[in-house]
Amino acid sequence: MEFALISLLNGVTYGLLLFMLSSGLTLIFSMMSVLNFAHASFYMLGAYFAYQISGAASFWAALLLAPLLVGVLGALVERFGIRKAHRFGHVAELLFTFGLSFLAIEVVQLVWGKAAVDYRVPSTLQGTLFTLYSTSYPIYKAFMIAVSVFMLAGLYSFLTYTRIGLIIQAALSRPDMVQALGHDVPRIFTLVFAGGTALAGLAGVIGGNALVTEPGMADAVGPIVFVVVVVGGLGSLTGAFVASLLIGILQTFMVGMNYSFVDFAREIGLDIHSAPLLARLSLTQFAPVMPYLLMVAILIFRPRGLMGARET
Amino acid sequence: MKTPPLLNARRLVFWSAYLALLVLLPLAVHKGYWLSLLCQIGINTVFALSFNMLLGQTGLLSFGHAVYYGLGAFVTMHALRAINASSLHFPITLVPLVGGAAGLLFGVAFGYVTTKRAGTTFAMISLGIGEMVAASSLMFPSFFGGEGGVSSNRVVGGKGLFGITYGPQIQMYYLIAGWAFLSILAMYALTQTPLGRIANAVRDNPERAEFVGYNPRRVRFLMMMLAGFFAGIAGGLTALNYEIVTAESLSAYTSGLVIMMAFVGGIGVFFGPILGAALITVLQIVVAGATAAWPVYFGLIFLLVVLYAPGGIAGILLEQMKLWRSGELRRLWPSYLLALVPAVILVGAVIFLVEMSYALVNSSQTGSSEVRVLGFGLDAGRALTWIAGAVALAIGVALLRAAAKRIAGDRYVPPLPQGRT
Repeated sequence: MEFALISLLNGVTYGLLLFMLSSGLTLIFSMMSVLNFAHASFYMLGAYFAYQISGAASFWAALLLAPLLVGVLGALVERFGIRKAHRFGHVAELLFTFGLSFLAIEVVQLVWGKAAVDYRVPSTLQGTLFTLYSTSYPIYKAFMIAVSVFMLAGLYSFLTYTRIGLIIQAALSRPDMVQALGHDVPRIFTLVFAGGTALAGLAGVIGGNALVTEPGMADAVGPIVFVVVVVGGLGSLTGAFVASLLIGILQTFMVGMNYSFVDFAREIGLDIHSAPLLARLSLTQFAPVMPYLLMVAILIFRPRGLMGARET
Repeated sequence: MKTPPLLNARRLVFWSAYLALLVLLPLAVHKGYWLSLLCQIGINTVFALSFNMLLGQTGLLSFGHAVYYGLGAFVTMHALRAINASSLHFPITLVPLVGGAAGLLFGVAFGYVTTKRAGTTFAMISLGIGEMVAASSLMFPSFFGGEGGVSSNRVVGGKGLFGITYGPQIQMYYLIAGWAFLSILAMYALTQTPLGRIANAVRDNPERAEFVGYNPRRVRFLMMMLAGFFAGIAGGLTALNYEIVTAESLSAYTSGLVIMMAFVGGIGVFFGPILGAALITVLQIVVAGATAAWPVYFGLIFLLVVLYAPGGIAGILLEQMKLWRSGELRRLWPSYLLALVPAVILVGAVIFLVEMSYALVNSSQTGSSEVRVLGFGLDAGRALTWIAGAVALAIGVALLRAAAKRIAGDRYVPPLPQGRT
């Protein structure tokens, strides 16, 4: 019971972090059909910027400034890179962001070194919020949940209740019509790209110190975010939300369960002396491949993803 | 359109010349260093061409093509170990086929899932499959050999036919060259078959291909299987050549490298990846040997090709050939020469700035911000060198733009073709 509750809370925290990344990716994708391969690089940059800013000023300044900086960077990339590559089609756009992600890692290594940097949780947020049975739940994780939820509520109301949000929604499905009505659609694209990358940056700010801030962090989370988007259904925000939480919770539970098939068989009374390797692997060891297995299963049984529209 | 006969004089001449080049090249180089470089180029050529069967011919951008290459290499290595332990009798000459079979098998298994979707989704799924295989390489150390990889010996027992043991690198070179030539020929022949043509149709317009009566998913699946086969052959050759296979061969890095080779070479033309594989392999060894900043240069080259020359080197070459035939090149070459000046300034400025950045960052460890670039000694710690570099960069960009405008102005612009949209 204790294990289940704590794992659930941790899973939700991780899932919300994933959603902050996948929501930006989904928004950008459904609007411009651009799969931003460098999305996780913006997450990494957010963490590094936050490390730098919180060293010079404070964590709270970083929380505000780092995503803004990342967003500005995203806008520049869209305006001067992706828009150029757009002439040559979607493959060129995808390859452009792919090359960018490669360069980003190198630049980060050059500026901040190859080892992890000491980006820490601020002292005001250290400590225990409550103790459940015997496990203490840190304040910072609750803070992460709060920031994510606040951010997502903000995103939702922005898209639903503001004028510009409605124009963005309209441009999602009918960009030509929106353009004909006199709106500057390319500028809206830049805005959405900046917003999506800023969200990734924010995820980096609050995730970088909870996990670890190192040059490998983009490659560690990037493929999983893609899996989330495929599992949820390409272009569906709701799908991305469900898939993020699903993968976050599943993976957290699996990491905590050091059971293998053989252990289970012994538990129910079977006496097994030798077993193939696959049966001896514990769930913990399976955790890193779980998202991909889930993706394969989804593709076989429901190719359009959990909530995706049918491919035309 | 009338299809030309498969064997015409031009093709015969071209392929014979290619074969002659492969046979004669090692005679021109004597050092072992260049011979192993040629071996690496041969392997990468097959790998890059197999990748282009997907991207160039079927329109499938795969971010996980190293899976088939790496798994082919691992299976070959285990076969080689079995041969060494005499539990399997198989001629070494044919061992790359084991890799091919493994690649084909995994192409069937993974391709069934990945080719369910095309376009961007396919790219994401291929990335996921690639990550899955890379992650499981840590889960099964008995097969993947953990950190150290799996190794074996390609020289098995006594002398083979004509005393060939594949011990000396030169014998290995001819084995690679032979398999590479056969594979390249087979992949070229495939582009001329109905399957190759329908793959092009599926790339350009899957809806119409389906309307004509072909199942695009099946075409993609078939091409995926065949691409897996040839990638597996490349993997098998790697296993034989290096006698060791590590998890890096199926990592995202290798998948990225093959994308780069194919794209820089040019995905629109069959021979593009051949050029790309040769160029990138040489660059990888020469540039990586000269500077620590090589990933930056690689990234910049790739981005430049994506933004300014999406046809790759092959695309540029074909364009110039067209100009040559129409006699326009005679009018253009002064402008080309003129453009060369700012291009050299620009490239030089970028190299200086990148090397200075590295020197400055490393100065805390080396204790000196002095750096030698292209024969010049510079102090990266002084502001003046940075300003000079930045000015050179700005001048280079401005002049190159002007030169590009001049070339564009000099070019004859044909009237728009009539009756086509």
